[in-house]
Amino acid sequence: MDKFTIKDMNLYYGKFHALKGVNLNMPKNQITAFIGPSGCGKSTLLKSLNRMNDLVEGCKITGDIRLDGEDIYGNIDINILRKRVGMVFQKANPFPMSVYDNIAYGPRTHGIKSKAKLDEIVESSLKDAAIWDELKDRLKKSALGLSGGQQQRLCIARALAVKPEVLLMDEATSALDPISTGKIEELCLKLKNQYTIIMVTHNMQQALRIADNTAFFLLGKMIEYGNTDQIFSNPREKETEEYITGRFG
Amino acid sequence: MADAINEKQSEIKAINKIAFSQRLKEYKRKPLSLVMYLIVVLAAALSIFALVFLIVYILVMGVPHLTPDLFAWEYNSDNVSCMPAIINTIIITLLTLLIAVPFGIGAAIYLAEYAKRGNKLVKVIRTMAETLSGIPSIVYGLFGMLCFVTAFQWGYSVLAGAFTLSIMVLPTIMRTTEEALIAVPDSYREGSYGLGAGKLRTIVKTILPSAVPGILAGVILAIGRIVGETAALIYTAGSTTGLVDGVMSSGRTLAIHMYMLANEGLHTDQAWGTAVVLLVLVLGINTLSSFIAKKLSSKK
Amino acid sequence: MRINRIKEKAMQGVFFLTAITSIAAVVLICIFLFYNGIPAIAEIGILDFVGGQKWAPTNEPASYGILCMIVGSVYVTAGAIIIGVPIGILTAVFLARFCPPALYKILKPATELLAGVPSIVYGFFGLMVIVPFIRDNIGGNGPSLLAASIVLGIMILPTIIGVSESAIRAVPESYYEGSLALGATRERSVFKAILPASKSGILAGVVLGIGRAIGETMAVILIAGNQVQIPSSITDGVRTLTANIVLEMGYSTGLHRQALIATGVVLFVFILLITLSMQAIKSRSEKNG
Repeated sequence: MDKFTIKDMNLYYGKFHALKGVNLNMPKNQITAFIGPSGCGKSTLLKSLNRMNDLVEGCKITGDIRLDGEDIYGNIDINILRKRVGMVFQKANPFPMSVYDNIAYGPRTHGIKSKAKLDEIVESSLKDAAIWDELKDRLKKSALGLSGGQQQRLCIARALAVKPEVLLMDEATSALDPISTGKIEELCLKLKNQYTIIMVTHNMQQALRIADNTAFFLLGKMIEYGNTDQIFSNPREKETEEYITGRFG
Repeated sequence: MADAINEKQSEIKAINKIAFSQRLKEYKRKPLSLVMYLIVVLAAALSIFALVFLIVYILVMGVPHLTPDLFAWEYNSDNVSCMPAIINTIIITLLTLLIAVPFGIGAAIYLAEYAKRGNKLVKVIRTMAETLSGIPSIVYGLFGMLCFVTAFQWGYSVLAGAFTLSIMVLPTIMRTTEEALIAVPDSYREGSYGLGAGKLRTIVKTILPSAVPGILAGVILAIGRIVGETAALIYTAGSTTGLVDGVMSSGRTLAIHMYMLANEGLHTDQAWGTAVVLLVLVLGINTLSSFIAKKLSSKK
Repeated sequence: MRINRIKEKAMQGVFFLTAITSIAAVVLICIFLFYNGIPAIAEIGILDFVGGQKWAPTNEPASYGILCMIVGSVYVTAGAIIIGVPIGILTAVFLARFCPPALYKILKPATELLAGVPSIVYGFFGLMVIVPFIRDNIGGNGPSLLAASIVLGIMILPTIIGVSESAIRAVPESYYEGSLALGATRERSVFKAILPASKSGILAGVVLGIGRAIGETMAVILIAGNQVQIPSSITDGVRTLTANIVLEMGYSTGLHRQALIATGVVLFVFILLITLSMQAIKSRSEKNG
């Protein structure tokens, strides 16, 4: 079953044609990775999936993007879309408040007020993000005091707290050390049973380790998309081969 | 080529436009957000309205009273001309700048060019300058009265007023000048030293000239404050009507004149007219200052 | 060569002297105010001076209690804050987050410009417009606590707007994006994620506004009524510390005059406390930032 389907999608930043005719289906409960050199449009595509590109002035999108068959650029509530499609950013961005309030921010936004219910969500989200043991004694402390890796996992927990269906990860480990990165990768493999994960990564080894499917982008075009093993061991396109063998990018 | 792209652009039917109806639908689910949005817009409208209303009202009420009589050379109780007050204002302003500008620029040069970073004394100087800029003008007025008028026995005089005001505007001139000096690229300094020029020569011949627009913007800002000042002047320069006769004589500035007219309540029409003159003068001066400052920042 | 070195050293000395002018100025202001004011406070007795409700300098025996004026200053400032701060902060939110760019190009310079309107002009406007409006529509004589609060509230608007807007703009955009990505509306993201993060900057703006309101003199004299009383309603007149000084300094002598200077000392102490708390806020936000 496909979670996201993208058909003939084009995206312009003003005069710049950033994504050219993208067609892509991403299956449910799998990890899909976007790879490619910087500026190839992979992050732009990711941000189109929860409409964060709407914030960018002069951004224009054409084509058709569907989540479970529903047109996300049609007549839908953007806030509900963003609740269903959570996002973890490249740089961890915890709010300057306590760990607890960070996690509770989303549920409170969506109308949950009961203290008991919030307590339960905070605990389960932190557990899902595999950081409960580290943080359970400092729930009331500022989230800004955590290490970079902890902050990023806190942000994952924060995203999970609103019970999304899809988790978008925009180079979520690029600023982290190898141990933190390993923890997050492990986490992704565990989470894919409940969520559909779509990630942008500049680290090809990471895609190879955890992604089920991989799409390779170059200069705004999707060059190749398929099973990760096939892409890395037996790419169909010359550009893909050149990229994964490290001849450019 | 660019035109062709432009044409193509306008043909693109973007799907990511958020229609107003869609936004309204979202607000239906989150009515509190709509309420907050409306409150924000309302508050902004209210502040803009209050501030625009103030200016427009004064212009509408005052402009018809801008008669030639208002600008007659002589002041008397029948014709409360604001001309002498305008001239007094110019004299006090010039005198104040004469005192404050050298001190302000000198202090800024010391802070920007000589003082070492993290120096304790520099910290104290900055704290004091900040304290000065927080002191209300009536306290300056009291000090000026106690120090210049009484202790120095200058009496109510233009000189006492100018000295009081120069302390008041000193932090403004200091701060803007220091910012202008810091903005001068280090390559200028290095270039000048490279030619064998000493520190003093480098400052006077190279750094100061390129900081002039920034300094000017600060000085003009200070002028705006001097022209609008009342509380610091009423018991230093006094409120005598008519043209001053030398720096030791008392004389009212335009702002003091405005206060006197408003307080007496006898010449309401002239008060409106004077309010227009004062408002236009100060806003004009401030516009000039921000214009220069903006020109400066766009050049960089 | 030696002449040059002497010139260098001499000018460095001159610059140094100009730099310490501001220290000298603060010290001089303190000396003159305290030297002239403290004896009066001592003679009247600090409790009678600060806590006395009766101000009757021309009576026999005279009484010099400035409690009414302290209360007046505090009330007027509080009124200005109640009116000016919420509207100012919300306007800053509008300018920083919701304002269309074309409109912003007009509004921003306009609010900056208005910060320079002389206070006497605000006072005159209050006298001619707000005071009659209150007399005709709300009650009382017109010149009142309410009139002063409204005019000062408008007067501190540009300050609050300017400082709050830059505080809001200083918040990293990632907080806003993070909140939106959780499904929060624009408004919720601004009020729950951005505003809390900018609170120390906004607080600095409010403190600046308090300083301006409490020190305001000429505008207040024209519109506050100046009665020495503790107001029982917002349409009652009040007299502030600043007004007390200006109103009576012209004809006062002896202890009366010293008591007015001592009033200035009390005001000065208020302002010093405000400046200190301002600097504390600043250094705290620098540490956190």
